[in-house]
Amino acid sequence: MRLQRWRRGRSGAAAAVLVLSVLALLGGCASGPVGPPTLTWYINPDDGGQAEIAKRCTDAAGGRYTIATSTLPRDSGDQRQELVRRLAANDSSIDIMSLDPPYIPEFAEAGFLAPLPPGTAARVSEGVVPSAIEGASWQGQLVTVPFWANTQLLWYRKSLVADMGLDLTRPVTWDQIIDAAVAKGTKVAAQGKRAESLMVWTNALIRSGGGQIITNPGESNPKLVQLGLTDPPAVEAARIMSKLAKSPAAPPAFSTADEDANSESLQAGEAAFMVNWPFVWSKVTKAAEEGSVPADVPNDYGWTLFPSVRPDLPSAPPYGGINLGVGHSSLHPDLAYAATECITSAQNTAYYFESNGNPSARVASYSDPAVLAKYPMAPVILQSLTQAKPRPQTAYYAEVSGGLQRTFHPPEAIVPGPTNQAAQDLILGVLRKDRLL
Amino acid sequence: MTAIQDRPAAPTAPKHAASDKSRSEARLAWMLAGPAFAVMLLVTAYPILQAFYESLFDYRLTDPANRSFTGLTNYGVILTDPVWWDAFGVTVLITVVTVAVELVLGFALALVMVQALKGLRPVLRAAILIPYAVITVVSAFAWQFAFAPDSGFVNSWFSFLGVAPDTDWFGSPGSAIFVICLAEIWKTTPFISLLLLAGLAQVPEVLQEAAKVDGATWWQRMRKVTIPNMKAAIMVALLFRTLDAFRVFDSVYVMTAGANGTEVLSFLAYRQTIARLEIGLGSAVSVLLFISVVLICALFVKGFKVDLSQARGE
Repeated sequence: MRLQRWRRGRSGAAAAVLVLSVLALLGGCASGPVGPPTLTWYINPDDGGQAEIAKRCTDAAGGRYTIATSTLPRDSGDQRQELVRRLAANDSSIDIMSLDPPYIPEFAEAGFLAPLPPGTAARVSEGVVPSAIEGASWQGQLVTVPFWANTQLLWYRKSLVADMGLDLTRPVTWDQIIDAAVAKGTKVAAQGKRAESLMVWTNALIRSGGGQIITNPGESNPKLVQLGLTDPPAVEAARIMSKLAKSPAAPPAFSTADEDANSESLQAGEAAFMVNWPFVWSKVTKAAEEGSVPADVPNDYGWTLFPSVRPDLPSAPPYGGINLGVGHSSLHPDLAYAATECITSAQNTAYYFESNGNPSARVASYSDPAVLAKYPMAPVILQSLTQAKPRPQTAYYAEVSGGLQRTFHPPEAIVPGPTNQAAQDLILGVLRKDRLL
Repeated sequence: MTAIQDRPAAPTAPKHAASDKSRSEARLAWMLAGPAFAVMLLVTAYPILQAFYESLFDYRLTDPANRSFTGLTNYGVILTDPVWWDAFGVTVLITVVTVAVELVLGFALALVMVQALKGLRPVLRAAILIPYAVITVVSAFAWQFAFAPDSGFVNSWFSFLGVAPDTDWFGSPGSAIFVICLAEIWKTTPFISLLLLAGLAQVPEVLQEAAKVDGATWWQRMRKVTIPNMKAAIMVALLFRTLDAFRVFDSVYVMTAGANGTEVLSFLAYRQTIARLEIGLGSAVSVLLFISVVLICALFVKGFKVDLSQARGE
């Protein structure tokens, strides 16, 4: 009896599933292409700015297209995985995607990006900071549309550095700020966590010293990639990282310190110096408004260019941000590229900067009064973006970054020279597929 | 006393020519099982063969231009790399610890269930089964939240045991593997106890009574009557759990993402295939994981003479 009841239940459920799937199929048939085509824009999570820009551009298109947004995972590596899986399966729903610049060469090399229509490249790179153009390109050609560009500044507490005898209106070197912090008994906050942020820091140090992690950028065969990790600038970078990590100026949990932890340590006045992205400014002003830090803390914040490695060479600050790619299987690549031009207009990127705190890739945005009122450091950010250098461009970026993170962590264990050799051997081994990662 | 260790021999079918009836029964069996067998081939054999084929190539999903046939090179790379052997060691450790603890706990729970009052039995069974019904990812998150230094309660509740309030359980290999094992044990002990309960029910009551009459203590009855009679059920439970534990993934993924020396083999396969998009290398890791599981299975079935039909309580 029991068995019978169970059986009836099962067949009932099966019938329900069948009916539902037939209905779903019919529904799929019924909704044909009606009205203007909908472009799907895969966005990274933000404070609603991209959704608002999508709305504005839909209105501006005058019925040619509508833009719908779809949110990607929070972590940049997860964003890449989701996009690659879909693009490799020729997903035609990916019209526009917000891409983290280090992964652009990989997408370009795999043929996942629709080619830019003639004339677009010239239009979208006009008045754009050089680092953003470099980051949006692969093998010297623009393959994505620069959207917003991020960079790190040297942030400091004016009250804590006042009597250090440092002139912060001029570029300072890492040695100067570490020595000054040690003498004053305060800290220099940098990202020592085993994460992409460690790669960002290492790369900026190597580039600031005049070196490069990949010495033949643009090489598409991983077995022919050459590394400069044992060259003098890279050894010098390792020396600075090890010097900070071993000095009393290192933050207490340096090997797990990420951007958020460091921004809090500057807010609390535990650190006098910090290299970090501009989000720390929105964070501290919000904290002062909410009363979680004293109201005068934002006024105590100072900023200048990322520290240099050599006194005779301007620093090469980190470059980040988001660029827009168009999927290779998109049904409307021309409309999608038209939409990216609207999304990245000077007006929309200035709005994005002002409302979400993500610095624009367009020079014109930095003279926008609304931006200047809210971000007094905007001119320094623009200067920093002009000097900034992207992370190594290769279709195998994840391997290079992962290999470096494994060998350069924890920072206090770095031995300038041997650590460089270990990193070089590991990354080359992984690229030649002789080793696992 | 030794005589009762031997189970009565199962009636074996006569060896001589099969009758028409048994032949038609065999045909019916094939007709009934055939479709399921075909589906199984499609959904298991095909992916396994495909993975083996892919593992012979140097192939990255985003770099199809540089795809090349490399034979068994991928296997050589993996088996000579310490990354594989570290993950192998962690996997074996987690498997041995969880299966051993689960066997003891599961046996105790099975004894409680079998001896509980008849009216109480369904309630007890349901209560014990609840962890097994929880989705593994959910249970992993629950344990992770409990042990997290910022949101968890473990650090403050167990301060009397000397747990520091800022203990970072997932920060070092030992404590991280401890929490992973704890979550696995909590979740899958019910499974093993259910299998053992089925085994306990097979122990003939007459033997127990005879032993009691002979004056055997509880412990003697356990060792000489109960356990020998359910040896097959114990081995089946062990086999199933070992195979399962060897493929542990969810807890590691949620709690540490393989960091701090907690990488297990299935996570290694995931990282090579899904994160690095190295289809060739990742498939080779998967194939090696599959071979490990087959070897465990062979060891149990041949080495310990496990009769799989015991799982059905025949």
